[in-house]
Amino acid sequence: MTDSAANPSAADPCPRDAASNFGPSAPWDRLRERAELLARLRAFFDAREFLEVDTPLLSADTVVDLHIDPLAVNLFDDPRNPEQGTRYWLQTSPEFCMKRLLAAGSPPAIYQVCKAFRAAERGPLHNPEFTIVEWYRVGDDYESGIALLAELIQSLLNVPRVDRRSYRQAFLEHVGLDPHQATIEEFAAFAARDPTVQLADAATIDRDQWLNYLLAQYVEPHLGRDAPEILCDFPASQAALARVRALPDSSQRVAERFELYYRGIELANGYHELLDPNILEERNRTNNLARKKLGKQELPESSRMLDAMRSGLPPCVGVALGFDRLAMVACGAASIQEVLAFPIDRA
Amino acid sequence: MSTYKTSDFRKGLKVQIDGEPYLMVEMNFVKPGKGNALYKCRLKNLIRGTTLDRVYKGGDTLDSADVEEVDAQFLYKQGDTFVFMNQESFDQYELSAEQVDDGWKWIKEGTVCKMLLYNGNPITMEPPPHVNLKVEYCEPGARGDTATNVTKQIKLETGGEVLAPLFINIGDILRIDTRTGEYVERVRN
Repeated sequence: MTDSAANPSAADPCPRDAASNFGPSAPWDRLRERAELLARLRAFFDAREFLEVDTPLLSADTVVDLHIDPLAVNLFDDPRNPEQGTRYWLQTSPEFCMKRLLAAGSPPAIYQVCKAFRAAERGPLHNPEFTIVEWYRVGDDYESGIALLAELIQSLLNVPRVDRRSYRQAFLEHVGLDPHQATIEEFAAFAARDPTVQLADAATIDRDQWLNYLLAQYVEPHLGRDAPEILCDFPASQAALARVRALPDSSQRVAERFELYYRGIELANGYHELLDPNILEERNRTNNLARKKLGKQELPESSRMLDAMRSGLPPCVGVALGFDRLAMVACGAASIQEVLAFPIDRA
Repeated sequence: MSTYKTSDFRKGLKVQIDGEPYLMVEMNFVKPGKGNALYKCRLKNLIRGTTLDRVYKGGDTLDSADVEEVDAQFLYKQGDTFVFMNQESFDQYELSAEQVDDGWKWIKEGTVCKMLLYNGNPITMEPPPHVNLKVEYCEPGARGDTATNVTKQIKLETGGEVLAPLFINIGDILRIDTRTGEYVERVRN
């Protein structure tokens, strides 16, 4: 036995089981289908004169979101002191760099296919490293942005139609409560009536967490059952980087944010992009305070993307699509591991 | 007692809820629409066998259950009580007929079983996956009839009953799969 085998070094933190399989977890026909799907996706964008761009995965900036946790990388210069370096972030989506391109006068339509990384996300629909497709088109408004997503999905999945429903309609139908108007007590009472499942420590959670739980438990499983479905007009508190508008005939404000679902699986997330840097700064501050309260690491609030917004981001719609999940639904796989060559546990 | 964070949640975890031990039999990570992470868990009560569906949020914790599996030898039965002995510590455990459940059919004096202890007390017993038991009674066998698809009722030395081929006779030793309660083969005649 060699020394390294007896005493695994720091360079090899994962002891490998001799019996473990080195091969891919996805069958070859799935990997082939995945490659063909990607080729068709590129053809879709190329035909519409989108420019494919390539931006860094490793950046000094990162999205400041309460629930998205980026992985930090220590970029060192001296290999003898790998702990001393500058902190960079593996991108959780290519959004920041792509918006910088738009603000710097790029062609009006750009797209990218790249890897994205999110810590602590593992499950049948999650792998910490995944493939994301992201696109922006200047001049699109909310409606034309939604229409482009619907067109893409119809073309890629060969489906005759794409349905659309507002977040409010979906809640009214499956929960029987108005997500914008109902009280936390009404949400709690609805959940308490379910004899089959309970939310642990329900007393301590806030409004967005209630919406989130009810969406995951009672709404999402029904979304896109017959045809892909776009859920739109999210609660204003969940705007992220989307604009907020008032609903007609009321003072109710909703986010111009939309998500695509198919067979209960969330595939894409789009924004009618927020252009005001001051609002983003305010959201960053709020999110960092909330992160701090949860004991999470705080993230840099200033960024080159904010600089880009200050110089002027042209009005646009941006959408991010989880390519692995798209491949899942396209070939009828039950988990993301079935369409990945090497998911994290064998990466 | 230690606590598990949601990031530790996985199938096979033994946890304590309302003072009772549970086994996490299913765990699904979901994160709807950029919201907070949720962990959908199915938990099996290790005492009663019932299941519970609970959803936890990122940051929630569960206490670990002091559940341990030991080898215990079946000593004897007294009334409705089954007495076992820990093979290592020689501690004796008394299990009710209810706790032993169907297991009585497959154990005799000296059979070493897997016993689940919760806070040091026995909660369930599992016989070895395969046992060899003597036939106490059956209708006489038809010599030469080696067909295995025709069966008859056999009473074993433990009192348990199984279906076995026609050629089996009183006194034969049979191998039984205790998980299915089915005859596997004749070991000796």
